[in-house]
Formats: sequence, structure tokens, C-alpha cells
Amino acid sequence: MSSEFLQFLLSGITVGAIYALVGLGFSIIYNASHVINFAQGEFVMIGGMGTVFIASIGVPFPVAMAGAVLLAVVIGISLQKLAIERAREASVVTIIIITIGASIFLRGLAGIIWDRNFHSLPAFSGEQPIHVAGAVIVPQSLWILGVTVAVAVALFVFFNRTMIGRAMLGTAHNPLAAKLVGVNTNNILILSFALAAALGAVGGILIAPMAPTHYQVGIMLGLKGFSAAIVGGLGSGPGAMVGGLLVGVAEAMAAGYISSNYKDVVAFVLILLVLFFMPSGLFGKRDSERV
Amino acid sequence: MKKPTVVSRYAGVFVLATVIAVLPLLLPNSFYFDVAINGGIAAIVCVGLNLLIGYAGQISLGHAGFFALGAYSSAILTDNYGWPPIASLSTGLFVVGLLAFVIARPILRLKGHYLAMATLGMGIIISIVLNQEVNLTGGPDGMPVSAFSVFGWEVNSELAWYWIVGGSLIVIVLLALNLIDSAVGRALRAVHGSEVAAQVAGIDSTRYKILIFVVSAVMAAYAGSLFAHYTGFLTPSEGGFFRSIEFVTMVVLGGMASVFGSVIGAAILTALPQFLTVFHDYEHVMFGLVMMLTMIFMPKGLLPSLRNWISKNSL
Amino acid sequence: MSLLEIKGLSKFFGGLHAVQNLEYTVESGKVHSIIGPNGAGKTTLFNIVTGVYPPSSGKAIFEAQDITGLPIHRLASLGLSRSFQNLQVFYNMTVMENVMVGRHRHCQKGFLQSLLHTPSITRSDEEARHQAAELLAWVGLEAYATAHANSLPYGALKRMEIARAMASEPKLLLLDEPAAGLNNKETQEIDELIRQISNRGVTVILVEHDMRLVMGVSDHILVMDHGQKLAEGSAEEIRENPNVIAAYLGSGA
Repeated sequence: MSSEFLQFLLSGITVGAIYALVGLGFSIIYNASHVINFAQGEFVMIGGMGTVFIASIGVPFPVAMAGAVLLAVVIGISLQKLAIERAREASVVTIIIITIGASIFLRGLAGIIWDRNFHSLPAFSGEQPIHVAGAVIVPQSLWILGVTVAVAVALFVFFNRTMIGRAMLGTAHNPLAAKLVGVNTNNILILSFALAAALGAVGGILIAPMAPTHYQVGIMLGLKGFSAAIVGGLGSGPGAMVGGLLVGVAEAMAAGYISSNYKDVVAFVLILLVLFFMPSGLFGKRDSERV
Repeated sequence: MKKPTVVSRYAGVFVLATVIAVLPLLLPNSFYFDVAINGGIAAIVCVGLNLLIGYAGQISLGHAGFFALGAYSSAILTDNYGWPPIASLSTGLFVVGLLAFVIARPILRLKGHYLAMATLGMGIIISIVLNQEVNLTGGPDGMPVSAFSVFGWEVNSELAWYWIVGGSLIVIVLLALNLIDSAVGRALRAVHGSEVAAQVAGIDSTRYKILIFVVSAVMAAYAGSLFAHYTGFLTPSEGGFFRSIEFVTMVVLGGMASVFGSVIGAAILTALPQFLTVFHDYEHVMFGLVMMLTMIFMPKGLLPSLRNWISKNSL
Repeated sequence: MSLLEIKGLSKFFGGLHAVQNLEYTVESGKVHSIIGPNGAGKTTLFNIVTGVYPPSSGKAIFEAQDITGLPIHRLASLGLSRSFQNLQVFYNMTVMENVMVGRHRHCQKGFLQSLLHTPSITRSDEEARHQAAELLAWVGLEAYATAHANSLPYGALKRMEIARAMASEPKLLLLDEPAAGLNNKETQEIDELIRQISNRGVTVILVEHDMRLVMGVSDHILVMDHGQKLAEGSAEEIRENPNVIAAYLGSGA
């Protein structure tokens, strides 16, 4: 394996882990409500920008990070309670427009309340690069991979071993049956938005030391996270993880071997290819319309 | 039964034409003309987009891409290759129509959220290409576009542009209304209402979705071409995500499945940022709010809600 | 003469055999009914015949033409139409327009002519409107012609769907539980409509749970169970068939 290839692979996996976190958020909300939350990317932005600005008032970074995640969670819950819940009976197009509206509203608000400049967070544990078989990896990459793996394990345990996690999965599978056995589906929806917002914010914090954050980063990161969820199969947790890594690696390879100008196109081409040729993704369920 | 629809159809066009004819008398200066022209251009896009979203029920979050392709085709062919503007415009419409046709078949197999994301991706790819192909488009710095001319007559007064855009809008509204009130239009609305029932009635739903996707793309390209020559300068942001969202917001605010609603939505949302500083400075926030609030409190949009209100209160 | 022939038709959903190796012939000009318990495969059979999904194996022959796997929209022009168990109404249109959509295949639909609303389009629209008005009067909905479909009660929508299906002038009309959810009086009206459809020379296949309706209108009945043919024949024969009695009355009879 050439060291150049290994380098691209490593950077692809690193950024892919972020896409995976964002993609998980899409899948969790989709499972709970069959809504694609177009504002998912804004949680990523709030994670990064929130940490920058909370830290700027003088609190230590770990506190600022927790604050930013909390902020994203509060906004996620408000989005569900104030906007999406009110249009529950509405058509898909209506819901799409509401979440897009929420997305540019939050983006605009961030641009006003915070600012419109680029900001970086300091790396969590220094910038001393580590050499691996001729390739270089920065410690932040290890943080990203480590946290992503930890989040994946925690989510796995949550969804399979805890009552509330299983209730969430049950609701995704059959909302009516879940209601009948006494699951409060409203709380499940709120929890899903909270969880998705937290995942996005964590992703936004992790990536901010490597790629500067900005009030408009949400759109691209959101779309790439969506691409991860679609490639893996919408609604599938493992799918989102694998999808994220695939999108990240494909993008890094395209940037390395083809043209970095067009690296952002890769995620969309993947979305389009998967949607056209394999609409249920790698791990997704196929559903059909009954008449 | 037939008479009222036909009468109200042409009555609406008559009112629109009257407003367009009288408006120049009321506009105090060229700033107001500029707003009116830009509103008219946006209205042309929105009437087409509403045929797709409001009538046929197929969302597109990438129509600014077609708008920009129309604009850049005119700009590139006229300025880089020296074509007559009218030839550039026609070629641009043809190329965009062809591109939309090629994209339409795979993309319109998707429904709902998937279609939204796919069209969003399509729009962003177009805008990335416009940003990157610096040799052709000037990249992020933009490119100048020479004035529009037909057989040696150069369109350079604000008033001339006003009549071109206003006249185009009237024609396009008329064509759209004709289309909706025909078997083709009923087929489109039926596909929106229940695709399987439409197919049982013998409607090839794929064919109709492709047709209206292409029609709306060509309308957007036409508006883009007018815009290019009118403003004289283009940047890739004309094809960007936010521009697409602006068009969708206009359609939604005016009223889905309402042609005149689209004209009103385009007029309002073009004028507001020009006259209200809060709208101009906080553009994202305001557009986001308009989208959310309209969908939550007035999902039918302004014009249909107003119509409902009037008919309820006149009983 | 047989209008529709089902030959060796099977449909599997995963491990579920919704329809198994079914042979069935529909004679022209009669009212045919398909009955059987829920999950017997009746609606699946409908969906295969009307092109909603392809069969796993077997064929459907309509007027000597193999229609297996044809796209749904092609079937209308061959003379096949249907109603839906769960209503499929164009709620975004008026009642009149709903029925006019049913006449789609008879309408002028040139794109340029439509944009310009040429006289030929006006004439064709006029004709469609006229036919739709007649059908609405026939099903007793003429008063609702200009109303929006979403303002109609359930029973009226059921009849509107029948009018819409008849608007395409089918040779074969498949009715999927037209009386489901209707009261006695409304069921009576459906009964009457089915007889009139048959009198107009249209062959009917009816899936229905209301036994009084089925036994009253049917010339021929197919009984399905677990995706297979349990029995077929006239109402009289079915009523006396020991297999049917066993299946319907249950336990080892």
C-alpha cells in the first residue's frame, strides 16, 4: 500500500467518522418520525460555533463543549415541539419546507448572534503529528475516531439493552403497536431530536480543530451526513456508520487522485447513484406502497 | 360550470396585465423599476416551479441551478463566443431543457424526502461547476454580460426591460393557466393526488412528471437569461442553495397550486428585502421564518387562504 | 368467450405465498365475485391483474393478449379499470375533475395545444365534462360536481371512484370492496350500480365481504383461501359446496 494512498485513507476515515455521526442523527429522527430533518447540519454548526463562543466568555473548553451540546439539544427539542409537531398531519413537502426553513433560520441567527467569520478550536491534545507507515496522522484524528467508536458502542447498548432505547426502536418499527403497549410516542420523538442534535453537535466540536467552523458549515456537513445515511440505508445505525466512512474515503480519494476542486461533488454523486440504483442503501429495508 | 373557470382565468390575467400596465406610472424612480423587474423575473421562475411543486407535487430544491445555467449560457455564448443574444438565449433554453430531460428520468423515480435531497444535490453540483470552471464563468468573481439586443436594437433602458419582463410574465401566466385547465394539467394534479389512481386512469405518471420538470426548468432558464442580460453581471451564487430556497419560499408563501399566488409571493419576497432593512440584513432569518410560519399557520399560502376567507365571509 | 384468463399465477412476498398457482377464467359480460377470508389473496390478485405488482410466476391474459407485467397506465387503454379498497381520491381536485381524469385516455393531450388551449382542446374538454356530468348524475353526485373531493363523505367518495373508473369506458371493471364501511342503504345503492354496470355490457370482478351483496349480484363466484382456489361456481353451487361451508363455518365440518 503506498503511503500516499494510506494518507488519503486515513484522512477519509477521519472525516467519514464525522459524517457518520451526522448520518446517525438523520437515521434516528427518520426512525422516530419518518421525517428527514434538513436542519441536521445546523446542529453540527451549533456544536462548533457554540463551543467557540461559549469558550470566549472565559469558561474552560470542556464546559463550553458541554454547553454547546446542551444548546443544540435544546434547539433540537424546540424544533420538534414548536415546528414539526404542529404540522404532524401535513404532507411530506410541507415538513421538508419547515425543516429547511428552520435550517436557514438557525444559520441566519448564528450569523447575527455570533459572527460570520471562520473559527478554529484548539486541538484536544496537541498538534504533534504521529507517523504511521509513511503517513501522518494528527492526534485530533484519533480523538475523532475514538469518540465516534465510543458513541457507536453507547448507542448500540442504548438501543439494545435499555428499555427506553428498545421502545424507540419499537416505535420506529410500528408506532401504533408501540402506543398500544403504553410507549409515549411523543416523548420518543423529543428524545430522538435531542439525541440527533447531540450527535450533530459532538461531530461539529470534534471537527472544528481540523476544519474551521463558520455559520454556514451546516449545509455541507448536513448534506454529507445525509449522504452517509442514504448510502448505508436510511434508518439503519450500522448503515450510517459504514456509509459515513465510505463517503469520507471516497471524497478523500477523489480529492487526492482526481481534483480537490470537485471533492464536494463526490458526496452528491454518491447520493444520486445510491438513490437511483439501490434506493434502500446497503443496510436499509425496502418498503412498498399498499393500495 | 365551464364558464366560471374560463372567465376567472382570463379575468385574473386581465388584472395582472392591468397592474403591469399601470405600475410604471406609479414607480417614482429607477430603484423601484429595478425591484419590479427582479420581482417579475423571480415570478417567471416561480410560476414554473409551482407547476412542478404545487400542481404535480414534485419538490425541487435545485431550480436555481437551471436559472443559473440559463443565465450563464446566455452570458458565455454572447460574451465569450460573440453569438447574438437571441441565439444564445434559445440555445440556453434548449440545453437546459435537454439536461433537465436527462436528469428527470432517474431523479423523478424518487419521492418526497429523497427527491428533495436529490434535487438539492443536483443544484449544488451545478453551483460547484459554475464556481470551478473559472475559464468559462470567471469563477466566484463572476463575469460581465453584455446588453441584450435584437436585430441591432439594444435593450438598455429600465423601462424597456420592464416591458420585456412584464410581457413575458403575462404570457407565461397565461400558458400556465391554459395548461392546468387541460387534460395534461388534470393529469399532473392527479399524479399529485394519487399516483396509482392516476395510472389506473391511463396516465403515464413518469412521462408527465418528466414533462413538467423540463417545462419548469426551461422557464427558470428563460428567467435566468433575462436576468443575465438585465443585470449585466453574474456570480455563481445565482445558482446557489439559498437562491433555490428563495424560489421555493416564494411559491410556498403565495400558495402552492396557485399561479397568481406565485406572482404575489415573488413580488412580496423580492420587495421586502429592498424596502425593509430588517429583511435585508437578516435575510436568512426572515426567509426561514416565512417558510416555517407559512407552513405551520397558513399551509395553503396567501392567495388560496385569502380566497377561502372571502368565500367564507361572503356567505 | 373468456375476457380474462389467469394461468398458473403465483405471488410470494418473502416467505408468504399470497397467491399460489391460481387458474381462473372470467367470462365476458358477467358479474364475477371473489370471496374468501382476509389474507386469502384477493387484493393481491387484483393488484397483479391491474399491474400494481408483477407476479412471481404465471400469466394474466386479457382478450388474448398477455398483460403480465405491463405498466399500470397501459391497461386503461386495453379496457381495464378498477376501484380501490382504501380510497385513492384526488383530494386536490373537484369531484367533476376527479371523474374527468378517468376520461384521460379519450382526451386531447397535445402539449403545445394544451399550452395554447386550442379549439380542439376546448372541444375535447367539453366532451369530457359532459360525459363526467352524466356519470356523476348516474351515481347521484351531480349536486357535488363543483365541490372539492375532500369535502365529500366516505360513501359518496366510493361512488365517485366508481364513476371515475367507468369514465375510461372499460371492458372489465375490478371493484375492490366497494361496500366496505357503507351502511345498508348505501350498500343497496352499490348493488344497484353493479347491476347497471353489468347491463351496460361491462364485465365486473368484485371483491367483497358483504355476502348478501355478493350472493345477490354474482353470476359466478371464486372462493379463495390461503392464496388458492377453494371452489368456484354459481351462488347456488357455492352455498352448497362442503369445502366452502367448512372454511366459512370453521372446525372440521
